[in-house]
Amino acid sequence: MADTIFQVSDLRVDVPDMTRKPLFGAAPRLEILKGVSFDIARGTVLGIVGGSGSGKTTLGRTLVRLVEPSAGRLLFDGQDITHLSDADMRALRPRIQMIFQDPMSSLNPRLTVGRTIAAPLGAGAGDPRVKAALEQVGLPAAFARRYPHELSGGQRQRVGIARAIAMRPDFILADEIVSGLDVSSQAQVLMLLEQLVVELGLTLVFISHDLSVIRRLCSRVIVLRSGEIVEDAATADLFERPQHAYTRELLDAIPIPDPSVRW
Amino acid sequence: MLDGRGLIRRRAGARLWLSGLWLALFVLAAVLAPLISPQDPLAQDLMLERLPPAWMAGSEPGYWLGTDSLGRDVLTRIIYGAQVALAVALVAGLATCLIGSALGLVAGFYRGWADRIISRIVDIWMAFPPVLFAILLIAVLGTGLSSVILAIVIIDWTRFCRVVRAETLNQSKMDYVHSAKVAGFTRLRTLLSEILPNVLPTIVALLTLEMGIAIIVEAILSFVNLSISTDQSTWGGMIAEGRTSIHQAWWVLVFPLIALFFTVLSFAQFGEGLRERFDPVLR
Amino acid sequence: MSGFLEIRGLSARLAGTGQRLLRSVDISLPAGSVRGLVGESGAGKSMIGKAVLGVLPKAVEIVEGEILLDEQDLLKVPPAERRRLIGAKAALIPQDPLTALNPSRRIGPQITDRLVDILGWEKARAASRALEVLVEVSIPEPERVMRLYPHELSGGMRQRILIASAFAAEPKLIVADEPTTALDVTVQKQILKLISQLQARHGTALLFVTHDLGVVSKVCDTLSVLYAGKVVEDTTVQRFFAAPQHPYSQALLAATPRHTDPAASLQPVPQAVIDAAMAEVAADDAAWRPQGGAHG
Ligand SMILES: Nc1ncnc2c1ncn2[C@@H]1O[C@H](COP(=O)(O)OP(=O)(O)OP(=O)(O)O)[C@@H](O)[C@H]1O
Ligand SMILES: Nc1ncnc2c1ncn2[C@@H]1O[C@H](COP(=O)(O)OP(=O)(O)OP(=O)(O)O)[C@@H](O)[C@H]1O
Ligand SMILES: [Mg+2]
Ligand SMILES: [Mg+2]
Repeated sequence: MADTIFQVSDLRVDVPDMTRKPLFGAAPRLEILKGVSFDIARGTVLGIVGGSGSGKTTLGRTLVRLVEPSAGRLLFDGQDITHLSDADMRALRPRIQMIFQDPMSSLNPRLTVGRTIAAPLGAGAGDPRVKAALEQVGLPAAFARRYPHELSGGQRQRVGIARAIAMRPDFILADEIVSGLDVSSQAQVLMLLEQLVVELGLTLVFISHDLSVIRRLCSRVIVLRSGEIVEDAATADLFERPQHAYTRELLDAIPIPDPSVRW
Repeated sequence: MLDGRGLIRRRAGARLWLSGLWLALFVLAAVLAPLISPQDPLAQDLMLERLPPAWMAGSEPGYWLGTDSLGRDVLTRIIYGAQVALAVALVAGLATCLIGSALGLVAGFYRGWADRIISRIVDIWMAFPPVLFAILLIAVLGTGLSSVILAIVIIDWTRFCRVVRAETLNQSKMDYVHSAKVAGFTRLRTLLSEILPNVLPTIVALLTLEMGIAIIVEAILSFVNLSISTDQSTWGGMIAEGRTSIHQAWWVLVFPLIALFFTVLSFAQFGEGLRERFDPVLR
Repeated sequence: MSGFLEIRGLSARLAGTGQRLLRSVDISLPAGSVRGLVGESGAGKSMIGKAVLGVLPKAVEIVEGEILLDEQDLLKVPPAERRRLIGAKAALIPQDPLTALNPSRRIGPQITDRLVDILGWEKARAASRALEVLVEVSIPEPERVMRLYPHELSGGMRQRILIASAFAAEPKLIVADEPTTALDVTVQKQILKLISQLQARHGTALLFVTHDLGVVSKVCDTLSVLYAGKVVEDTTVQRFFAAPQHPYSQALLAATPRHTDPAASLQPVPQAVIDAAMAEVAADDAAWRPQGGAHG
């Protein structure tokens, strides 16, 4: 375990359940993550799959410290960041990026694409890095002047990706980033990410429902269910010899692109 | 063009230009009052009392909109009244906006104890009936232009605070705010460079509305004689005086009323128009 | 027989630059059938859906064409009447689940409002219907979820809320804009089966925008392939998967990943195919003269 970028042990997250809050006193806690542990090796791609509402996004948000863990430990590059203050965390921010699931709400509606990408770099919208990042995700450089609502869903998603890669981080958490793209753009984005992993030693956590993408991109896969890890295996093993019944169920539900194959 | 969308947009443009034109006239009149007024606003001449407007029989040249019961020129007094209205709209409107919006942004974004304190104060504030509150304040502060402005600010900042807080709260739940955090922005920078541009359209709409409201409040206070000394001309004061002679000289009441109505309406329309013209999301 | 939804020769462009976004689009959708709409990102799929529901952004103007909903041309009726027609007969499942929901209101009222306001249902009836549709899209603990705010839900749950809310009023036409992108495959399967069932039972016409040809092969009857705002292929699903005609369709099908075969998956559409398609579009534009439009 020499080169581990993230060490996660017994991570728990709970939120107050406001719908069950009694008139007086504190609301009961609702457990979303129930103690998950895993390591992420530097320069690899880890896939996270699991049902809707199983806690994938919450896990991702906890890794980038948008959600405060209620218990457990989170080490980034050997440093304990579990309860690091916002101010101390800021020093690490440029190295840890996240691409959000919902492209529209993760872009500021009243900033142009160029400013959205440039701001975290501390640059202006005309910075050459903005143009480069846009082109890397397959968008024309002229899109820098557009506002998010002037883009299609897939174009917005790619702006989110461009912003994260423009910062050249060590770690990216990608939450469901290719599901809104056509296969050709998907291929382009995946090739770009693969290239960053190989050439720059980027570490990627890739949350996705699309098992064919997971199979193509990830070296290891974690299967999450109701806030718990039910399977953690090398990708080839998972697809060839799924251990858990839930994993098999996931594999069976993939629609094969062929109208003659019954579902 | 099949669906008439262009038509709607053209009307929106007209809204901005018409209201802008009226407001420009209003500001010019206030600033240039001594230069453009045909008469002296305070000159009383009992020989000239209750002259009708220029196009009616018995009018006197140089008194376009007639005179009041003391023989003062109505047009001149409307122009001078614009000075008071403009001062109230600008100073009271901006001060209310600044205080209310700042507190609203802080409460909605930082939440916690700041929010609890601010929201509680707003709740208590809004429990007072505003007109009574105003009269009470004037009684304490004394009459005069600055007291009127102060009273408006003290009463109306809550309107901004509530709306801006709610909007900030909504915006804070959007992922772009989390995204700013991941990008390493400080809280203050997130508030100013990410959230503020999205709350700004709301603030502008409220501000122009508030400017109109400030003018009305001043007029009401003048009307009940709680605003400024009677020899300074104000629209509210003119309306109050005009009311007593409505049957003999309707023009003393009607023209300041028209000026008031169009100015207040133009402020509201101007705000809407600005939004339609400059908000990238609506454009 | 003409369809419940008939789009004929629909062209749209950007008001500012005059750039064409839709190029004489023809789409026919009989009642009770499902048409898939696929194509590259930015091709104009969402635009078509928005045009049908009358929610195009201001910057986009329709230059020519007809949109017949139940034999009435939506572009010829006055706006108020059009809104009423659309509200009563059609529903949209939008592409961005989070921005489509009001962040400061609970889920329950956001579903029932439409039923109460537009269809004039009683509150109690609307509430029980909302509960029913939430159960149908397999939202766990629906009573509790009705009292949550949008940001307290996962991405997939939000998407299911929007699906439920579209079906609640039992519209005759549903435009579903990538309705299952945020769903895991098991829920997706369940929801797609449900959509098929509901659609067959009520004779709903469904326009289904998606990137997933796997999904197309399971739920759609017919298919339109869109490239740069132009329908390059209009075919049945059987024929498409057996022998796609247009080079872009062929490339699309070839690029589609199959998880059973990790080697042969996910490649960009070859540049030659893109160039050829762009040339086709350009030739089309050169020959195009809008009828009665102010275009030069
Ligand atoms: N702030 C919150 N308050 C209450 N419940 C929450 C909150 N955030 C998340 N949850 C709940 O936690 C669970 C997990 O949510 P999460 O977004 O992590 O799921 P997910 O695995 O990303 O699902 P999807 O694939 O649908 O996006 C959901 O049941 C959700 O309702
Ligand atoms: N308001 C706007 N102003 C300018 N261009 C716009 C506007 N809205 C959309 N566009 C452009 O119109 C084209 C079609 O957009 P549309 O949303 O229909 O794409 P789409 O086929 O749904 O793509 P996706 O699969 O990525 O959602 C895109 O190229 C987009 O950039
Ligand atoms: Mg999620
Ligand atoms: Mg779209």
